[in-house]
Amino acid sequence: MFPASTKTPHKQPRKQSISIGRGTRKKDEDSGTEVGEGTDEWAQSKATVRPPDQLELTDAELKEEFTRILTANNPHAPQNIVRYSFKEGTYKLIGFVNQLAVHYTQVGNLIPKDSDEGRRQHYRDELVADSQESAKVVISETENLEEDEEPKELETEPGSQTDVPAAGEAEKVTEEELMTPKQPKEQKLTNQFNFSERASQTFNNPLRDRECQMEPPPRTNFSATANQWEIYDAYVEELEKQEKTKEKEKAKTPVAKKTGKMAMRKLTSLESQTDDITKVSQAAKIVERMVNQNTYDDVAQDFKYYEDAADEYRDQEGTLLPLWKFQNDQAKHLSVTALCWNPKYRDLFAVGYGSYDFMKQSRGMLLLYSMKNPSFPEYMFSSDSGIMCLDIHVDHPYLVAVGHYDGNVAIYNLKKPHSQPSFRSSAKSGKHTDPVWQVKWQKDDMDQNLNFFSVSSDGRIVSWTLVKSELVHIDVIKLKVEGSTTEVPEGLQLHTVGCGTAFDFHKEIDYLFLVGTEEGKIYKCSKSYSSQFLDTYDAHNMAVDAVSWNPYHTKVFMSCSSDWTVKIWDHTIKTPMFIYDLNSAVGDVAWAPYSSTVFAAVTTDGKAHVFDLAINKYEAICNQPVAAKKKNKITHVQFNPIHPIIIVGDDRGHIICLKLSPNLRKMPKEKKGQEVQKGPAVEIAKLDKLLNLVREVKTKT
Amino acid sequence: MIFLVEETLKRIQSHKGVIGTMVVNAEGIPIRTTLDNSTTVQYAGLLHQLTMKARSTVRDIDPQNDLTFLRIRSKKHEIMVAPDKEYLLIVIQNPCE
Repeated sequence: MFPASTKTPHKQPRKQSISIGRGTRKKDEDSGTEVGEGTDEWAQSKATVRPPDQLELTDAELKEEFTRILTANNPHAPQNIVRYSFKEGTYKLIGFVNQLAVHYTQVGNLIPKDSDEGRRQHYRDELVADSQESAKVVISETENLEEDEEPKELETEPGSQTDVPAAGEAEKVTEEELMTPKQPKEQKLTNQFNFSERASQTFNNPLRDRECQMEPPPRTNFSATANQWEIYDAYVEELEKQEKTKEKEKAKTPVAKKTGKMAMRKLTSLESQTDDITKVSQAAKIVERMVNQNTYDDVAQDFKYYEDAADEYRDQEGTLLPLWKFQNDQAKHLSVTALCWNPKYRDLFAVGYGSYDFMKQSRGMLLLYSMKNPSFPEYMFSSDSGIMCLDIHVDHPYLVAVGHYDGNVAIYNLKKPHSQPSFRSSAKSGKHTDPVWQVKWQKDDMDQNLNFFSVSSDGRIVSWTLVKSELVHIDVIKLKVEGSTTEVPEGLQLHTVGCGTAFDFHKEIDYLFLVGTEEGKIYKCSKSYSSQFLDTYDAHNMAVDAVSWNPYHTKVFMSCSSDWTVKIWDHTIKTPMFIYDLNSAVGDVAWAPYSSTVFAAVTTDGKAHVFDLAINKYEAICNQPVAAKKKNKITHVQFNPIHPIIIVGDDRGHIICLKLSPNLRKMPKEKKGQEVQKGPAVEIAKLDKLLNLVREVKTKT
Repeated sequence: MIFLVEETLKRIQSHKGVIGTMVVNAEGIPIRTTLDNSTTVQYAGLLHQLTMKARSTVRDIDPQNDLTFLRIRSKKHEIMVAPDKEYLLIVIQNPCE
């Protein structure tokens, strides 16, 4: 039986079988006939063995001839390989598929002779072989030589032998020659790829950790903000430091030209740094004022904003609105003897305390109050003798000149708030022998020394000059009572000394001043004439309490007296222009700073009278009791230079601040269409008109 | 100087309507007070911050300017703070209406 074979050749070992009459059948690739032939004999002896799964076929089918076409196609090769053609964008069948089937591969180490590597190797081998050959040749030659030497004797061909050795030698020599150049040649031929690594390893030192730990540096957290103002502060500090160093270099004595108020406020860095509380002083001051402002809030509001609306209905009269009251326990039983506003700080005023009573003389006080703090004075000075008068210097608002009851004068420096005055006159330096009734600062003299005048009941008007921290006095005038020279038997003329009680200097004409006396006369004097008066006015019947030049009009002055009258004069005319009777002794009289026709007078019955000549020539437009208590006598009055207020002092030590109602502050009515003229000229003109009226009347009468 | 400042503080304390005064240092620690401890500490801490803020505001607007004082008016009373270079003075007053 023949095993049926399909078209695909299989590699299974085929069962040995008898092959009869199959000529068309080609031999399979993987079976040789040898095997078949070899087993023929063995197979013939046995019957055919049939595998159990062999296909059973009929003889006819068995005889059927199958044509088998053997191709060289690789049955494993795929027939339908498709490749994507980017050109056409589709898959395309590849026409020809590689039919190569690789059955066995092995990488060999045979190099073709003709290649580079092969040639090189060949060359190398030749060299090696040559050297070996030459060695062999040498050996062989030597052997030959030895051999040749032996047969030399025997053989009759020395020539060949010699030739041979010669040739050998020549060969040898040539070969040696060849060798020697070849050897260095060979050695030069170093292949750059054919390098050998040379490495050497040294001992690696064992690594060891060394640590050193210290105490950590002390750390603090620091945080700060860099604001615009912090930067500004830093710059300012730097500037100050620089300036300080500059000053130290120059070595100038620091001139402290700060005004009185600031001295108390600012603390220099030299002062105590240890004490905590002193640094709060400024803040404390501010807070005290704030507290006061709260307490007296309505008063402060009134001061600033209240205008008496009722004035419209009151026609021409006005009122005084009481604002603050200033009083101090220590000054309780003393009388207010002097009032003065500070020229620089408009809310600061000075009050002098003393006594007008001849019998009860005690100590005196000088207090400076600020309107911002009604409960406590800013500055406090006390003295043994009552203060009768005071004046604040215009240019140096920290210097206060006072006159005492005992005749002394003193200067207090507000920058140095000690209780004692900075400068003081004494019996040696020419103090007055009677109470000093008025002091007034003058302009600095030619040597820039401070200068003030004082008038006293001893009849002297003295000019005091502060020369190198000492008060030097010059008697300017001795007041003589005219017509009272009595002749003493010796022939000397004894002058009765007049007692000066008040004086006032002219605002413009420097040397001109007025003196009021106890006799009731007013003398017009000049600084330059010490013995004679320029003029005399029979002013009053009793002592003249105050004289005052009009702030605007250069010719007009006013005087008041205990004889209940206030008189207004033109200094060219001997008789007064206006006379007012106030029913009570007039303590003080003052012109208003804002108008040439307004003035105020205070009387011992506790009333304040305000006059405006432009409105009412004969009567006061305001007549108001202002004393704190009814029994109090009002002693002094002063207008504030800028605010519409007046301060009034009484003999119990109280000071009352009053606001002037609008009627009292009237400005001249402007006619419609005309410009409002303001200024001193207007005031002067206003007063002139009035005076002219009066003068006309007088000339007529 | 010390005496004067003490006097001033006493006067403030005895003024009409003043409830309490206290002095606080730059770090917000009360140095001197007339109120009880807890209240003081509370006031000090809060007002210190507020004052710093207020001062910063004022100075940011104009570095040459500086805060003079701070008033806080509330229904019941008024708190007044006056800052200084190193200290803060706080006064609580009941302004009589």
